[in-house]
Amino acid sequence: MSDDLRTILLEQVERLLSDQSGPDRLRANERGEWPEALWAEAEALGLPTAMAPEALGGAGLTWGDAAALWHVLGRHASPLPLGEGMVAAALLAAGGIAPRPGLLGLSVGPEPVAWGRRAAALVMVAGGTVLLQPGPATRQGLAPYSREPADHAAPGVPAEEGRLPAGFGPDAALLAGALLNAARIAGALEAVLDMTVEYANTRKQFGRAIGGFQAVQQLLARAAGETAAAAVAVANAGRAADRHGLAGAEFEIASAKVVAGEAAGTCAAITHQVHAAIGFTDDHPLHLFTRRMWEWRDGFGAERVWARRIGTAALARGGDNLWADLTAR
Amino acid sequence: MAGLRFDLRDLPPEAAALRTDLRAFLAEAGRHWSPMVRAYSWMGFDREFSREVGRRGWIGMTWPGAYGGGERSALERYVVLEEMLAAGAPVGAHWIGDRQSGPLILRLGTEEQRREFLPRIVSGELAFAIGLSEPDSGSDLASLRTRAEKVPGGWRINGRKVWTTNAHRCDFMIALLRTAPAPDPKAKHQGLSQFLVDCRSSGITIRPILDLVGEEGFNEITFDDVFVPDSLLVGQEGNGWEQATAELAFERAGPERYLSSLPLLTAALDDLRAEPAAAETVGRLLARAGTLREMSLAVAGMLQDGKTPAREAALVKDVGNDYEQALPETLRDLFDPARTPPEVQEMQRIMTMVARSYSLRGGTREILRGIIARQLGLR
Repeated sequence: MSDDLRTILLEQVERLLSDQSGPDRLRANERGEWPEALWAEAEALGLPTAMAPEALGGAGLTWGDAAALWHVLGRHASPLPLGEGMVAAALLAAGGIAPRPGLLGLSVGPEPVAWGRRAAALVMVAGGTVLLQPGPATRQGLAPYSREPADHAAPGVPAEEGRLPAGFGPDAALLAGALLNAARIAGALEAVLDMTVEYANTRKQFGRAIGGFQAVQQLLARAAGETAAAAVAVANAGRAADRHGLAGAEFEIASAKVVAGEAAGTCAAITHQVHAAIGFTDDHPLHLFTRRMWEWRDGFGAERVWARRIGTAALARGGDNLWADLTAR
Repeated sequence: MAGLRFDLRDLPPEAAALRTDLRAFLAEAGRHWSPMVRAYSWMGFDREFSREVGRRGWIGMTWPGAYGGGERSALERYVVLEEMLAAGAPVGAHWIGDRQSGPLILRLGTEEQRREFLPRIVSGELAFAIGLSEPDSGSDLASLRTRAEKVPGGWRINGRKVWTTNAHRCDFMIALLRTAPAPDPKAKHQGLSQFLVDCRSSGITIRPILDLVGEEGFNEITFDDVFVPDSLLVGQEGNGWEQATAELAFERAGPERYLSSLPLLTAALDDLRAEPAAAETVGRLLARAGTLREMSLAVAGMLQDGKTPAREAALVKDVGNDYEQALPETLRDLFDPARTPPEVQEMQRIMTMVARSYSLRGGTREILRGIIARQLGLR
């Protein structure tokens, strides 16, 4: 997608989420209330199937485009399982299966399916094959941090299956999920940083805004550095996936998940520290974002999982190849 | 977020061949570099090495041909910098001239100054030092007191500069000096000017200061009625603060702000295969290295576009400093004195000491974070 088109798309998504989401919507999700209106709008824009090629009813969004979109989604704490649905549709389409209407649940290994109870079908990858199993996922559960619906399906018989192109590799669903979560974290980091800067400039103690204190400034500057690093890592991973395929972009996707996951921990700590007691309350919206950041850093491979993968590969390649490999991209 | 954008940049196609040349050159030149040389890298001073780098056209690469420059892109220059640092090359004799003094002269110097200095920086002959800090003026740089008084035909300098890396080995320094009293204590940024000062001028005493590693890395310089001709004022009289701030942006914009300790990771990697806990740690370190490299490239891209990415550079330096400073500590936990090769352990020990300077030189962590905080809109 051209830069101009991407900008227009991102603005559309930003507008949709600004208009129709917010703390109330996020809290409703946590009560298990499906974001019906928001999902209908997303479908009207063709977002759930946007990564399928035009021939299969999509808009041909690339991984890089999608990562940018998920970044916007994360800035609004992802009030609907759009990212998961997009990944599922992309995998189906890559296997030659036209994505069907309704929510497609993304099922990766033993991980729960976001809003699986609403899924028209579940999509998973085994070996180099994408499988479609009729939905919904009936074993209902809650994601431990975000408290949003996270369900499991009973083992079923695939209704359809398609061979994925070689560039996807056996871990395509996990890699795409990791890119999705890294991107959402990167967006959420921006949101909590903005929220915290505004709070620090408003909250007065000792007769002045606490943002004027160097101790607070130093903390937030560090959070800004982590936030910028996560955004760059995600953009780099999206670009690498477009150039080298998901499997070929394992280093960049793993890096993005590690950097974003580390940033999530650091910045959640900093933003809560600056907000102090008010940010610890249920009333304040900060935790709607930080709890999702904690959720996303665990989902689709925590930092240690991805770090071990690329670390093991680098150790096998040895010191003589380290710098050459790092600069080969 | 408050306007700090880092757009990914691709290296131009020419970069690949350039990188191949650099690697061949550095492999040959670096055959006998000790762990000390590699750990000290850009504080290391080796004129012969710098002249060789100059002969190959790798200094002043982006400058106009009229001054001996290579007219290459900032992104090609980036490749040279990152290869030098990743190899732990002793670049100190040309680093400052290439990175700070040269660009400053090119931007603000007189035509005569450009013709006089730039070609000799390019050839690796002329080594520069930075004359900013003073005994009582570190982070609060504008409070500096070394003064230049107007005298017929030039200026007379009195005062002291300190922490000037390698000044005792350098030919020239660009010094920030007070040329007029500050109109009031709140306007101390006014009345400062920059001068090119010959380090061998009469009246200059340079006293090397032994650093904690045991090297004579930096100095104290005393100016006792040192005469500098009018022709060596850089830029505008009284505009020194703005000029020096821009100069610091050049200093902060380079990839040296995350790569300082990478030679240790390279040297240690083979040994770490024997350490079960290493895979995860190495993975985390590489994830950050790759990300910091993309951030540095984004800053190089902004320079290429003619922008002055001062705030972006401050942010990358801050994140990069944390990284390069933590690396020797992180690896230490994975070393085993009975297993890890002695030269790797030696490099680790030297870097543990040298790393203290990473978050001091070119602006302390606290100053950088103050810059970032202002960018965020904190007040």
